[in-house]
Amino acid sequence: MAATMSNVDEIRNRVILGEFNVKNVHTTDYPGNYPGYDDTWSLQKFQKNFRIDVVQMDETCMEFDMVGIDASIANAFRRILLAEVPTMAVEKVFIYNNTSIIQDEVLAQRLGLIPIKADPRLFEYRNAGDEEGTEIDTIQLQLKIKCTRNHQATKDSADPQELYLNHMVYSKDMTWVPIGNQADVLADANIGPVHGDILLAKLRPGQELDIVMHCVKGIGQDHAKFSPVATASYRLLPEITLMKTVEGEKAERLKRCFSPGVIELENHGGKVVAKVMNSRLDTCSREVLRHDDLKNAVKLARVRDHFICMYPGN
Amino acid sequence: MAGVDGEKKPVLEMVQADGADEGCVTFVLHEEDHTLGNSLRYMVMKNLDVDFCGYSITHPSESKINFRIQTRGAVPAVEPLRRGLTELTDLCQHVLNTFEKRVSEFRSQCEEAE
Repeated sequence: MAATMSNVDEIRNRVILGEFNVKNVHTTDYPGNYPGYDDTWSLQKFQKNFRIDVVQMDETCMEFDMVGIDASIANAFRRILLAEVPTMAVEKVFIYNNTSIIQDEVLAQRLGLIPIKADPRLFEYRNAGDEEGTEIDTIQLQLKIKCTRNHQATKDSADPQELYLNHMVYSKDMTWVPIGNQADVLADANIGPVHGDILLAKLRPGQELDIVMHCVKGIGQDHAKFSPVATASYRLLPEITLMKTVEGEKAERLKRCFSPGVIELENHGGKVVAKVMNSRLDTCSREVLRHDDLKNAVKLARVRDHFICMYPGN
Repeated sequence: MAGVDGEKKPVLEMVQADGADEGCVTFVLHEEDHTLGNSLRYMVMKNLDVDFCGYSITHPSESKINFRIQTRGAVPAVEPLRRGLTELTDLCQHVLNTFEKRVSEFRSQCEEAE
């Protein structure tokens, strides 16, 4: 059985999940609150306790743990990621010809939301009131596509895939038109939409799109299309401690109360005993507190300064 | 953004009641919200000299916050604010350094595994 923390440590370090309420939510470790504890800010103490563990990182998503930091700072990072990290996105859409059934403004709104692969650090913000846009603050993209009838199609086919050419307009049809010295400076940047398989419009023979787009640098606070992450979230590390041994049939029920992988059953002298394997996987649904015979055997808590951050993005 | 009359919009204002000492001041920070408000409040509260620190958003449509500091002793309120801001900067710098280091370690770890 894990040793129980002293009461004071528990108030300072753990958020307790009760049956009807959640206790110790707020940060209380400010200087003067606890006699005998020195809570004044010290960069050395912070540097000693702070660590980051990257759990998973790939092209589209990142998950890492931040330990030893307060919720207000972790939340500030999350808010900044959502609203104040700049990206490039389509801002001005010049529609020279749109004979599709998608209205101009609807098509323009869809184009604005497409993520663009371009490093915003290579560009400047456009000055307010500047209509034209120069090579240092604008990326120009073009979408020029015409749907035609496929003369090789068989007489009786009804499949639009076979009957028409270019009837689905995808984001991969957006091409980059370098302006000014961009062709030299950004030659190997491979500027274009991040994903090529976003469906923009559907066409039929005779309909065409002839559009020029200007992308500028902006931040999420201005418009959500400029936000670099799909969503940014964090959760506190759950901590499950067993206050008593739980065995037999109760252990099996206990295992079902938590997410799979959290509680495992071990064999001790013929009897099946429950053991906490990995509290990190738990979603803290507090299901165990609904069972009267199990609720006193378990203590559910969250570690106050351990943040599991998930940032899926583009 | 400069207006037509050439006046620049203030970023930070101080509001103090007449007769109060320098230790109780409300700062009005323009173009800010919970992002800076909450994190700065935490850093200022960690200061020994501070008796009270809090912030509020005056109205959700206006992007400005009222940030109040009351200090113990004869410390002027500007001092914990200044210290809180520098400490916040140092904290963020350290987090950035640690993050970059761990990310490059993770990357090289992945490459080794392949």
